[in-house]
Amino acid sequence: MDQIIVQILNGLDKGSAYALIALGLTLIFGTLGVVNFAHGALFMLGAFCAVVFSRLLSLSHEVVDETRTDFLGNPMTVDVPYMHDIFGPEVGASIIDWAVPLSILFSIPVMIAIGFAMERGLIKHFYKRPHADQILVTFGLAIVLQEIIKAFFGANPIQTPAPTAFTGSFDFGAWLGFDPLTIMYPYWRLVYFFFAVVVIGGVFAFLQFTTFGMVVRAGMADRETVGLLGINIDKRFTIMFAVAACVAGLAGVMYAPIVAPNYHMGMDFLVLSFVVVVVGGMGSLTGAVFAGFLLGILESFASMPAIVDLLPGINQIVIYLVAIIILLTRPRGLMGRKGVMEE
Amino acid sequence: MAILEVKDVNKRFGGLQALGNVNLSVQDNTVHAIIGPNGAGKSTLLNCLVGKLIPDTGSVMFDGQSVLGRKPYEICQMGISRVFQTPEIFGDLTVMENMMIPLFAKRDGAFRMHAIEAVSSEKGLREEAEKMLDEVNMLDKRNMHSASMSRGDKRRLEMAMCLIQKPRLLLLDEPTAGMARADTNNTIDLLKEIKAKRDITIAIIEHDMHVVFSLADRITVLAQGTPLVEDTPENIKGHPKVKEAYLGEAA
Amino acid sequence: MLGIKGKDLTVFLLVAALALLAPFLLNPFPVDSAMAQFNAGYPDLMQRFVIFGIFAIGFNILFGLTGYLSFGHAAFLGVGSYAAIWMMKLLSLNIIPGIVMAIVFAGLFSVVVGYISLRRSGIYFSILTLAFAQMSYALAYSVLTPLTGGETGLQIKQTDTPLLSNIPEGEIGRANLFGLEMSDSSILRFANWEFTMNVGYYVCAAVMIVAFYLAIRIFRSPFGMMLRAVKSNQQRMNYTGLNSRPYTLAAFVISGMYAGLAGGLMVAMDTQVGPERMFWTASGEVVLMTILGGAGTLIGPVLGAGFIKYMENIVSKINSTVLHEWFAFLPDGMEDFMVTIFYPFVGKGWSLTLGLMFMAVVIFLPGGLVEGGQRLKRLFRRKKAEDDQSSAAKTPAE
Repeated sequence: MDQIIVQILNGLDKGSAYALIALGLTLIFGTLGVVNFAHGALFMLGAFCAVVFSRLLSLSHEVVDETRTDFLGNPMTVDVPYMHDIFGPEVGASIIDWAVPLSILFSIPVMIAIGFAMERGLIKHFYKRPHADQILVTFGLAIVLQEIIKAFFGANPIQTPAPTAFTGSFDFGAWLGFDPLTIMYPYWRLVYFFFAVVVIGGVFAFLQFTTFGMVVRAGMADRETVGLLGINIDKRFTIMFAVAACVAGLAGVMYAPIVAPNYHMGMDFLVLSFVVVVVGGMGSLTGAVFAGFLLGILESFASMPAIVDLLPGINQIVIYLVAIIILLTRPRGLMGRKGVMEE
Repeated sequence: MAILEVKDVNKRFGGLQALGNVNLSVQDNTVHAIIGPNGAGKSTLLNCLVGKLIPDTGSVMFDGQSVLGRKPYEICQMGISRVFQTPEIFGDLTVMENMMIPLFAKRDGAFRMHAIEAVSSEKGLREEAEKMLDEVNMLDKRNMHSASMSRGDKRRLEMAMCLIQKPRLLLLDEPTAGMARADTNNTIDLLKEIKAKRDITIAIIEHDMHVVFSLADRITVLAQGTPLVEDTPENIKGHPKVKEAYLGEAA
Repeated sequence: MLGIKGKDLTVFLLVAALALLAPFLLNPFPVDSAMAQFNAGYPDLMQRFVIFGIFAIGFNILFGLTGYLSFGHAAFLGVGSYAAIWMMKLLSLNIIPGIVMAIVFAGLFSVVVGYISLRRSGIYFSILTLAFAQMSYALAYSVLTPLTGGETGLQIKQTDTPLLSNIPEGEIGRANLFGLEMSDSSILRFANWEFTMNVGYYVCAAVMIVAFYLAIRIFRSPFGMMLRAVKSNQQRMNYTGLNSRPYTLAAFVISGMYAGLAGGLMVAMDTQVGPERMFWTASGEVVLMTILGGAGTLIGPVLGAGFIKYMENIVSKINSTVLHEWFAFLPDGMEDFMVTIFYPFVGKGWSLTLGLMFMAVVIFLPGGLVEGGQRLKRLFRRKKAEDDQSSAAKTPAE
């Protein structure tokens, strides 16, 4: 029993990331009809937003500290972050400590701007082109984005720690009445899961309860008709793209402490997120979220030692295997609607 | 002799009864029209004949053999050809290539790995294709890219592609939909000519009464998924039920 | 000639001539000149040109003709490579059995993958092939380590004693074709020019010429026409009495076998293989070559493969010293500025250039280099026609 809970928990954080990326992918697909291979790159850019912001916050200048001396006996120079100057040492230190969560504020405008630029500058010219062209051009864009990041930040992963308050692990076992220390779960992953739930809930609420969202949902169902109503759907779709970019970016920001950001993390997640979208059903938002968590948890179960002993390698391929089976038995995915992407 | 026999065919889509107890028999070597108001189930019926849909109950026999459960390509190989409402041709290919494909399908069956000899070396088939193109007055367009032709030409090409396979039964789905009067008359003449020259049965779904009454030997009137009457054009014209269900509505 | 004629024959002869004369054509600059860095006539690079050419020619039979975009063709290349290296380790260092088995195994594997993936079309097909390729990669990397050597891959080692080859004790076997070693080269020198004639390269070139010839025959055959019909209108195809599934499967398997052949040749030239050869970016690369050259055209994939591999080699060799030399004629400030601008795109930045190039082609030139060439030709013709007209207009006036 405790083993099962451990695996479910382990699957949650990866599942959250899959769900968030897949949500944006399917949103773009459902509204704009575009297959965006650069969506993983947006996730990666989000993670690097966290890197940039924490670097900005810890910018410092050298100050001579008269009270201490170095090994030569001269007064020692120490680096003092500007944050300490502005807010005083204590508040400054905790601001730096909280860099990753604070990056959310920084990344939202950045990601929206990136999303806006991408849609206006590139994607909108591909609405009427075949899906193959869309895949290819966004694939090219993904390469370009990741190479730019590589040029600036190098090829090595950049450690971006979570605030110290979240560094420990939560003893789920004790909490649930099992033996203490049997089910340990890092606090930050718990935070990530709740964050994902909040973002997903926010997107759904936005689509469900605003007129803007209503029009977008109508557009997802039938673009032609909405166009006939004289509603400027294109503009709304641009905003939708920016929102999707933002969701992927936020997923990346908060993921930075879990996996140190590197330039190819986007591509790694992209392929899997695409599989998630297909399993969930192209154009289905709930499907994407559901399939994201489902596959994240499945992956985690498949890496249990007992299962790997039984079926070696299953942990590496379980997601693809599930995708192949689902596509063959339910061509529209778990929750796909009729008429979406069928040739 | 009936070449096509439809018996007690039912088809439901969710709560909608698209076809209810359809019985229909098309006699060999005749032109049989199926008419009816929008939503009467004409297209559903047609799709059941060519294997795109499978009826819930009932049987569809072509020349003594059941077509149910067969794939569209198998049904075509049995001798049923279909012309679509909007011409379906191979737009990326030339007119001549469009003609060669049905010829290969007729000669070699549904699949044959014919990967080495060039298409251009098939002299016999080429001549056959040219003869057919000549019959529909398209010989001078044989090297044209077919997507760049007018809609009327595409329609004639599609018809030629069907006819070259020498089908026993030709199904026409509103062949004059969206055409101007002159084009419609041309199509009627073409169909008459085609019919006169060969031993072929034509089943036609049509909206345009002018077309129906100029061509059909027999007419079936479909309303709400069920055949109302089946009779000769003369009798259909005066039939009160038909007037009520269809002609009355149209007038 | 050879059952092909007209334009096709011209294209075929052109490709054959390019392939056979490549050691000369690609080394146009004297060894000690400043331009020597643009020479590309090294055996290793030329082998890559033609091997990737074969890969792209095969991919084009699937994507160019039927329009099915596979994102997993690197898997077949990988399977071919593994099959070939095992043949060389166990049976013979002669490359023939290795290459034959590479084609056979890639073919078998593509039957399985194609049979399943082709039940879906469009983007679903792309994702299915991608899923299969990623699965193969993951398995080659982990569980199949006894077969694939895992992360380190497989090489021919001292301990390998192939059944049919006699290798002296303690020596590492080398790939050969009936005794002709692939790595053998003879260097021709004319004044300051140097041309390397390499056995391995000519083996690859000969194979590519045959592969290209077969592709032309397939393109012009009824089978090729059917594949174009699949791309054009599957509905009409089905209602014409044709079953499109076996046609697409045949195209898939043929292109898989081409990929296997390319994989086998890679091993024959450089006797090692690793799982990264199957990674999905490798599949992306062949898509790129085909598109860049011109999907659906005969010569496009060959051009695309050559262009990308040439650029990759040249661009990644450029470093900041070279850039400084180039811009040395500018004033110092300008020189540094230009170097700073160009630096991210060269050397290790090759992928960036590739990505940009790729986007540019898809955006501006969806028909690839071939379409670009045709546009230029039309432009040139129109100009010429205008000139003729204007001169014709002048004549009567005089």
